[in-house]
Amino acid sequence: MKFFADLQLLVPLQDALQTEKMVQNASTLGYQKVGIPVPVNVTSQQINKLKNTCREANVDFVSRINLCPRNSNSLLKDLRKYRKKFEIISVRCNTKDVVRQAAKDRRVDLLQFSTTNMRQRFFDNQEAELAASALAALEIELAPILQLMPSSRIYLLSRLRKEVLIAKRAKVPIVLSSGATTELLMRGPYDNAATTTLFDVPMESALKALSSDPLTIVERNRNKLSPNYVAPGIQIVERKNCD
Amino acid sequence: MIKREKRRYLALHVVSEQALEKFTVFNAVKASVLGLFGEYGASKANLKQVTFFPEKNQVVIRCSHLMLEQVRAAVATIVEINKTPAAVNVLAVSGTLKSLSKKV
Repeated sequence: MKFFADLQLLVPLQDALQTEKMVQNASTLGYQKVGIPVPVNVTSQQINKLKNTCREANVDFVSRINLCPRNSNSLLKDLRKYRKKFEIISVRCNTKDVVRQAAKDRRVDLLQFSTTNMRQRFFDNQEAELAASALAALEIELAPILQLMPSSRIYLLSRLRKEVLIAKRAKVPIVLSSGATTELLMRGPYDNAATTTLFDVPMESALKALSSDPLTIVERNRNKLSPNYVAPGIQIVERKNCD
Repeated sequence: MIKREKRRYLALHVVSEQALEKFTVFNAVKASVLGLFGEYGASKANLKQVTFFPEKNQVVIRCSHLMLEQVRAAVATIVEINKTPAAVNVLAVSGTLKSLSKKV
């Protein structure tokens, strides 16, 4: 049995009922892990509330933050501040400067690009090589594909086709997420995987981008955030009191 | 001898506030396939509506097995039916109606 994760469910945090409905729907559709982006000033109370909502719906909550820095310095500042607080860090890359820094920084998990402005999609061979060595993944949101008018969708699909090819060549993992803001934009994992055939991703790779790739990222970050983590490959197995 | 074309049956569940008529969902699927894959793709998909359950908001459609992924993609991209927001989810896919009824 495959375990599926939707790492970006844009729930309205101020509306508890709608949040509950969307999380419940994710569980019904077959997702086991749900990543919910939270604002930087989120309180631990709000996080606990989200965790409880997810627990009740039988899904695993993954805390996530979407950074949208203006330049590479502000990205570095944000990473220093938030890396140890959230399980997933995604960077919306709107400038070349930011994408270069985000792609080579090992603290960044996901690289996101604009879905409406194709001039701001800077994912090319150089960025792909940097991302591959820094273990960053390319995130593709599926909600814009459903929402855009056919005339704009053509450009997005064409751009996605190129980016997927670049990512495949450089062995950059791809993560598919719904990016849904309402229940009506949520689709099951197999439907989301089928949608990727529109930009020539084989079904097998699409299912991997919805299951093993995101799960690996979450697992790796949870491991790093645990108090027993020392360095890659080194963990505290046992603590002894030597008094 | 020409080989018989294999088919896939899809059980669809529609989430919408409006009451659905017999061919409303099927027409939306057909329009979506036509929009995404054009007349050539729509002709290859060989879409047909099999049954409609208005009380459950479910529809069973049939397509060619070679175009299953494309039809699924077209179904997933439906966001409105008759200008009302809607979502269509695939409940199950099967090669025969008998096994589809067991799955749903």
